[in-house]
Amino acid sequence: MVAFKINDKEVQGEKGEYLLQVARRNGIEIPTLCHHPILEPAGLCRLCLVELFDGRRTRLVTACNYPIWEGMRIQTDTEALRQIRKLIVELLLSRCPEAPFVQELAQTYGITAPRFTTANDDCILCGLCTRICERIGNSAIALTGRGIDIKVDTPFQMKAEDCITCGACVAICPTGHIKLEDISRHDFRPIPSEYDVGLAGRKPIYIPYAQAVPKTPAIDRSACAHFKTGGCQICAQVCPAGAIDHQQQDETIELEVGSVILATGLQAFNPSHTERYLYGKHPNVMTNLEFERMLSPSGPFKGHIQRRSDGKDPKKIAWVQCVGSRSHREGANPYCSTVCCMAALKQTIIAREHLGSDLSTTVFLMDMRTHRKDFEKYYERAKQQGGRLIRSRVHTIEPVSGTGDLRIRYVLENGHAQSDTFDLVVLSIGVEIPHKTVDLAARLGVQLGPNRFLEADCLRPVSTSRPGVYACGVLTGPKDIPQTVAEASAAASAATGAIAAGRGTLWKQKTFPQEISVADEPVRVGVFVCNCGINIGGVADVPAIVEYAKGLHDVAYAKDHLFSCSQDSQQDIIAQIKEHRLNRIVVASCSPSTHQAIFQEMLRNAGLNKYLFEMANIRNHCTWCHLHEPEKATQKCKDLVNIAVAKARLLDPLEYITAKVTGRALVVGGGVAGMVSALAIADQGFGVDLVEQKEALGGQALKLDKTWKGEPIRPFVEEVIRKVQANDKIALHLGATVKEASGFVGNFVSTLSDGQKIEHGVAVLATGARAFQPEGLYLLGQNPNVMNLLDMDVEIAGKSQRIQKAKTVVFIQCVGSRVPERPYCNKICCSHSVENALKLKALDPQKEVFILYRDMRTYGERESLYAKAREKGVIFIRYTLDHLPQVEEADGRVKITVKDHILQQPVSILADVLALATAIVPNDNSALSQTYKVALNAEGFFSEVHAKIRPLDSATDGIFMAGLCHYPKPIEESIAEGHAAASRAATILSKEMLQMESTISSPVDENCDGCAFCIEPCPYQALSLVEYMKGGEVKKTVEVDEVRCKGCGSCMATCPKQGIVVRGFTMAQLGAQVEAALGLI
Amino acid sequence: MSEQFEPLILAFCCNWCSYAGADLAGVARIQYPSNARIIRTMCSGMIHPNLVIDALTKGADGVLVCG
Repeated sequence: MVAFKINDKEVQGEKGEYLLQVARRNGIEIPTLCHHPILEPAGLCRLCLVELFDGRRTRLVTACNYPIWEGMRIQTDTEALRQIRKLIVELLLSRCPEAPFVQELAQTYGITAPRFTTANDDCILCGLCTRICERIGNSAIALTGRGIDIKVDTPFQMKAEDCITCGACVAICPTGHIKLEDISRHDFRPIPSEYDVGLAGRKPIYIPYAQAVPKTPAIDRSACAHFKTGGCQICAQVCPAGAIDHQQQDETIELEVGSVILATGLQAFNPSHTERYLYGKHPNVMTNLEFERMLSPSGPFKGHIQRRSDGKDPKKIAWVQCVGSRSHREGANPYCSTVCCMAALKQTIIAREHLGSDLSTTVFLMDMRTHRKDFEKYYERAKQQGGRLIRSRVHTIEPVSGTGDLRIRYVLENGHAQSDTFDLVVLSIGVEIPHKTVDLAARLGVQLGPNRFLEADCLRPVSTSRPGVYACGVLTGPKDIPQTVAEASAAASAATGAIAAGRGTLWKQKTFPQEISVADEPVRVGVFVCNCGINIGGVADVPAIVEYAKGLHDVAYAKDHLFSCSQDSQQDIIAQIKEHRLNRIVVASCSPSTHQAIFQEMLRNAGLNKYLFEMANIRNHCTWCHLHEPEKATQKCKDLVNIAVAKARLLDPLEYITAKVTGRALVVGGGVAGMVSALAIADQGFGVDLVEQKEALGGQALKLDKTWKGEPIRPFVEEVIRKVQANDKIALHLGATVKEASGFVGNFVSTLSDGQKIEHGVAVLATGARAFQPEGLYLLGQNPNVMNLLDMDVEIAGKSQRIQKAKTVVFIQCVGSRVPERPYCNKICCSHSVENALKLKALDPQKEVFILYRDMRTYGERESLYAKAREKGVIFIRYTLDHLPQVEEADGRVKITVKDHILQQPVSILADVLALATAIVPNDNSALSQTYKVALNAEGFFSEVHAKIRPLDSATDGIFMAGLCHYPKPIEESIAEGHAAASRAATILSKEMLQMESTISSPVDENCDGCAFCIEPCPYQALSLVEYMKGGEVKKTVEVDEVRCKGCGSCMATCPKQGIVVRGFTMAQLGAQVEAALGLI
Repeated sequence: MSEQFEPLILAFCCNWCSYAGADLAGVARIQYPSNARIIRTMCSGMIHPNLVIDALTKGADGVLVCG
């Protein structure tokens, strides 16, 4: 240690340290322009001159590079020094009179104009740029010349070949003097951020995006200067955790696994190939992904939509659909990408929210494909907001010269050519499988189809051509997020079901040491303050907070850590708990929502009950929000610690609450979804009670002929039925329904119509749906030649006379669906009708087949059916709700009149057979909905708790849904959902016990007089009134259902007598926090 | 001149919404005055009226119940 004095104050430093370092550490500010903590000091700017008295005389030295020595005496702020610094700044101002940085500096020294002749420079010769270049491991620039000719220059005054365009010199230059184009011979541009699709740059060391897992930075070797020059490593120097290791090498890790799931996902279509759309050539043509990032409040434009050409708010935006999809031209894909219609509608709605309701939006589309649950309602909402929808495939987008605008020329359905001008054009680009997936598939030996999607059988939707390898997501075909998430669960079920016998064989049971009894111990609080790197310590005075904590009543120990949550800190805290016999722990760091569980586990590892813990949120609630007020932040941190300690003093250990899990499932519904689910749960090793109201299994699938890919359905269903019947884990209850149920997740008891009581841990609802029979509509039920699609299937399969003889067949789509009474799309009928049309054409190509539709929704790879039908001569006529087809009997045939969308006039077709694609309606689920508290949507389908993240979970824990009772869907989705629900069920059934939170309500019998005020406000129906005997008298109190209670405390707030409390949030604890917050304790 | 009045505000925040919102304000580095002291509750519904009255009578200049 070297001791000396600065401004008469005793300070200490390590040998070899420079004066400036020690001064700054002691809070003594010395001005400097050329100093930077990551660079060797150079003493160039002279602003850091200080007075040094060495015992004999006073001289001036530069603080930044003057090594300290014992006994020296320093003055940093004398009148003489101020005059010298002022002169230096004045000279700089005469050299760089226009540089804002220098002007601001001059102002702080009270200089308005220099007394000397001014030059026109903006370089202050601090040398930061040349030194950082050297640190990076390069020497593309240096200070050249002497005296007044000194300047930053490149070798031979030519643009440097050696420059790697890292940009460090530009970033560090305080005045903006350094420009990369003056220095480098090479082109340069920011490294495009993959997440922001190139709309923003990123660094060579970066966290890919805010939600990345793990959320730790990675180094891009191709861009990192260290891997180019061997120098730099600044990141390793500044990382307080010392976590950066440039020597780390890629490793090959071998894993032994029983199953493999492929979920390699998609890439976006690159629209640059379609030259007519000007993507990449015109700044105001962008992709929907780029627009999405622009819309995002956390994106590079902070949610502000603007034109890239001039930054102006667009007033008129066009979306062009099917870019790269539904086409064979210019590298496009023949299939429908499925997700872009909804994405475009969403973008029109959100753009209007951002830019105001007068924003004009136009979507150019061929068919609007909004076929998933609640999507059609969203489509209606978008239309009501006034967005224009134009049915036209855009041919060309042209620039309007001198304006940044874009002109779109298009042809309407009636053949009229139109043109319109827009401020911004968004291309709805489709999805495709990356080429690298082809290599992966080849290495794994799994088959890909012609569009590079993995070949998955409709009847085994998450299996691949190789046993043991499963797949989900867009890898097997274009699909939206809800379906992808459901498939992920399905793949998990299939992959784990096959190897269920091995469950738990590689687990290690986590054990905790015996818990120390703290009941008779005096309270000894330990306070651990986190610096969180510089997130807390860089703003607040952490040592002062620790000192403050030590002074608080009952605090036995306090300490700070660089990162309290790191493994070594946790070990240290555990050691301190033991050494100092601490029995209440406060960690002052970040938010309990992210870190409480980690620290509670630490307490258990230390032998303490996990509820003897309290957090003070001094980062998220304090230092991050008061970055520029270090003193106030420090004070607030102290207060927050005091509040936490006040509560900690009163904390009691709580008993852990567990609930036993009944390892059986109840499946309601014996259709395909229910049976697949039951089998999958049985495969996982759990018992199943399968309840079907009919006397036979099979459901609607028995009526189906083939999947859209052509796999015969009936043999599959029959095989599933056989497997269910033969499975000894599945108990069948045919001809039965569920009458009532009680209990909660893990512990349900359901009573069937035959009086049987079934205990089960979870339930899967798979009650199916049925075809809507609109008797009389379009002569259905009145004319034998009018039939619904399922009946037509039977006739085609049986090659009936009617079908054989029919010369003209007409299909009418959306019968009873997509109308105000049933505002949803059935998802399957477009493909179904087109399949049947193809079958009719196969029987006899001379048959005339017409399909009257509203939007042709042959989504995904089903588009190939639509393309093939057109090729075979099937005629498609689009009708609208304003002009519904008219159907009447004429000459023994059925006459259909419809307004043709191209001719714009009515045409009449005399048909021999009329097939109606009728709506799919749910069975009456109201009783089940009541029994298991599962909500129904307006149309009577079961409601999931979250459409995207939990698409098959109901709002009641432990109740799941699968198949048509959730929404109309094709059989492959019902099968996948059967598996998926089984997977969700297994997450509960595989646990023997469920761990519950102990911070729940607890009656105080001596205060409670049984007034029952609290029972009604409880949102979870967790309270009930009970009577008990005490001293020969009947008394009343409430009882808490420990599993239902979520600890919300509505009861505590309602009780006028303190007769019920929430453990861990008692009135006494909250009251102590209030008093501490007010500085009273 | 007397010192400018700086109120002390007590905020009861629901663990699931407003407390998480205050966390997010930190993540977003939103700067706000340092006068508020947040007390975490599991629901705004657990805040007994007496807690609010106590706080005000004992010296809080404002009480915020957020949930």
